[in-house]
Amino acid sequence: MLGRGALALYLSVLVLLPLAALAAHSLDGGLSAFWQSVTTPEGIAALEFTLVVSVIVVIVNVVFGTLIAWVLVRDDFPGRGVVNSLIDLPFALPTIVVSVVLLALYGKGSPVGIDIALTRSAVGVALLFVTLPFVVRSVQPVLIELDRSMEEAAASLGASPATIVRRVVLPSLAPAIISGAALSFARALGEFGSVLLFAGALPFKTEVSSIYVYNQIENDNLSGAAAVSVVLLAIALLVLAALNVLSRNRSRHVL
Amino acid sequence: MSSSVRQGSRASRYALRTIALGYLTLLLVLPLVALFYRTFEHGLAPVWAAVTAPYAVHAFWLSLELVAIAVPLNTVFGIGIALLLERHPFRGRSLVGALIDVPFAVSPVVIGLSLVLVYGDQGWFGTSLMAHGISVIFSVPGMVLATAFVSLPFVARETMPVLRELGTDSEEAAATLGASPWQVFWRVTLPAIRWAVTYGVVLTTARALGEFGAVSIVSGNVLGVTQTLPLYVKNEFDNFDVTGAYAASVVLALLTVFTLLFMQVLTRKARRAD
Amino acid sequence: MAPRTIARVTSRALPVLAASALLAGCGSSSGGKTVALVAYSTPQAAYAALIPAFQATAAGKGISFTQSYGASGDQSRAVLAGQPANVVNFSLTSDMTKLVSPGIVSPSWDAGPTHGFVTNSVVVFIVRKGNPKHITNWDDLVQPGVKVITPNPLSSGSARWNIMAAYGAQLHEGKTPSQADAYLAALLKNTVAQPTSARDALQTFLSGEGDVLLDYESEAIPDEKKGDAISYVIPASTILIQNPIAVVTRGGTNPNAQAFVNYLLSPAGQTIWAQQGYRPVIPSLVNPKVFPTPADLFTIASLGGWTAVTKEFFGTPNGVVTKIEQGQGVSAG
Repeated sequence: MLGRGALALYLSVLVLLPLAALAAHSLDGGLSAFWQSVTTPEGIAALEFTLVVSVIVVIVNVVFGTLIAWVLVRDDFPGRGVVNSLIDLPFALPTIVVSVVLLALYGKGSPVGIDIALTRSAVGVALLFVTLPFVVRSVQPVLIELDRSMEEAAASLGASPATIVRRVVLPSLAPAIISGAALSFARALGEFGSVLLFAGALPFKTEVSSIYVYNQIENDNLSGAAAVSVVLLAIALLVLAALNVLSRNRSRHVL
Repeated sequence: MSSSVRQGSRASRYALRTIALGYLTLLLVLPLVALFYRTFEHGLAPVWAAVTAPYAVHAFWLSLELVAIAVPLNTVFGIGIALLLERHPFRGRSLVGALIDVPFAVSPVVIGLSLVLVYGDQGWFGTSLMAHGISVIFSVPGMVLATAFVSLPFVARETMPVLRELGTDSEEAAATLGASPWQVFWRVTLPAIRWAVTYGVVLTTARALGEFGAVSIVSGNVLGVTQTLPLYVKNEFDNFDVTGAYAASVVLALLTVFTLLFMQVLTRKARRAD
Repeated sequence: MAPRTIARVTSRALPVLAASALLAGCGSSSGGKTVALVAYSTPQAAYAALIPAFQATAAGKGISFTQSYGASGDQSRAVLAGQPANVVNFSLTSDMTKLVSPGIVSPSWDAGPTHGFVTNSVVVFIVRKGNPKHITNWDDLVQPGVKVITPNPLSSGSARWNIMAAYGAQLHEGKTPSQADAYLAALLKNTVAQPTSARDALQTFLSGEGDVLLDYESEAIPDEKKGDAISYVIPASTILIQNPIAVVTRGGTNPNAQAFVNYLLSPAGQTIWAQQGYRPVIPSLVNPKVFPTPADLFTIASLGGWTAVTKEFFGTPNGVVTKIEQGQGVSAG
């Protein structure tokens, strides 16, 4: 039980206490102030936009992330090792660098002729960049350890490759995909720096919730910022818990 | 690998490869190329000068120090909680699982502020910490907390699906053969999750290296004292030293690649040692 | 897999790692020979020249410095939260006044001959080199099709100077306050980006976006010197940006800190500030060729002072600008 206690202590010191302090601070002005902070038109617009774009980003990541993991594990081509080493880099780059580089590459004066800076798509692209590693790296270890005997059995029974993938492989990968999707969603919700310069942070157009929260902090409206953060947190918690349950249900179908 | 299990015809394999690589080119490779181009476009000398500047060197070592503390902590925690959630289910484990991810959904600046709310001078523990002479915020412990906070979920998240996929058969078999719990863990479970742990560690390291928002709040950003490499990058940007900023970013990128390669070598060596 | 194994792994590893984390951070406070400077982000390059110059004087001999730079509001908040500091230098007064009631700076910080200000600047329009769109005055900014970039007024001190410059200019043109408010709405409607800081706004502008950037003269001058393809226009009517400085009195005053501030306010220090693009607070040192005087230069005091202005324009939820930003959604943005 000591181990469980140590885990709980770590989690509390690191995460629970600060979040509790945040929640406490958000209620500093009482429930009505909380409600007022959370229902400003700008805040609601930012929240709606953030949720929509995060969901889109998750869907794109699930599709392409699984595909990329598949190609990296099952396929073999010159430069595979190099490509594999690059996957984590979106993470290590300071987000301001991401924003500036994307601005230079896909903004005015783009060397490849693509200009999407200061638009809503820019938010999506920046988020896709910073969430790239999640699904890929979640699926890879499972794919590597996957027991091929079931696939081979299915193939010898005459199943087409597409069927094998759909009915044998994907169900085994489902928990990992969902795990990566959860991480993508969480990161997309909270992402700030990479979106800022590239998308322009224009209220009602390209402003995401994290930027709105930051502006409230800078405006000395700390409790309002805490209130919006708590709402975001609650939404994230719900979605993540639901994904966890979904993942558990799926894996029950796997032998 | 017999030809009967080769997934798909050659055409579909090439198609998949093209789509995947095309996506990666647009989203990943081109930005990285742009970054490297921008860094080195004025030659090697300015980059070298930027990277060897005293404040940059200090920031480099400070970032490494934070990683050296936060990553092992999160790795141990990650494996522990993955084992707990996957091998010892209890009611409410979906919630605990979600709690691990939640730090991610909070904007980094808010994370920093909430740490200040708890451990700062006017925070919940402020007075008792001060009484014991422990300074958390505006010094390294606070920065470790912030770094660990934002990089918490990865090892756990990577390990849990693999544990689930593996099932308990081998572990139970080993136990019935007389292996102690520690032996079961070390010789059956750990080898099976090593790639998950590897990628988890790499992701944790990368995230810890690149973290800006939370650390900037709890560190005080004092040059040459509490400034990490990402803070240094921002500092250089603010000072119109774009080359210096890019150069430091390239260092961060290289550190991440190095971590991946190192972990891969370690993992492969472990497999050979079995 | 028994819980005992989890116990062994975690209970052995975690405390060791955690303890090392705490120990790694035990720092000791420095003696009086070190001055901790906490400032907003723009003057870092200036201090890179000022600090060595001070250390070459008798008063500054043997004094070492720690420096921290960041957004003015963030730095003020950090000092409030306990960040060690001996000298604080912010971009606007409200960030300084926040430190008075907790006893961090003395209430008489602004009692000196310069009223607590160490540098001045003015709000200018940064445009592309050669000013192809011929933007010269505030009315040009609200023309249809003109793309303006300014930091977000609710988050950036720099943006607040921009907004109040625009507002004051409107009043001085003879408009009524509500007409001036309408101007602000039109101005914000023309923005294509509102990053959270002045530097980020400049970066956005330099990447090719927008036609005009509202910024400080003290940012425009070094950037032009650096060779970026910009030029700047000082509108006929603009606000005097005044940056406050003070010695921190929390826990006793560091005499070396006071000596440093005195140096910064002295002719020698002010000359160096001028070389870095800041308007000196000593009027005789303001070179009109480098720092032309606008026809109509007003201060925030003439608009009511920052305390009143912050509440009236930027307060939540009823500030004029707050309401404009909230109302932007009404006309499909």
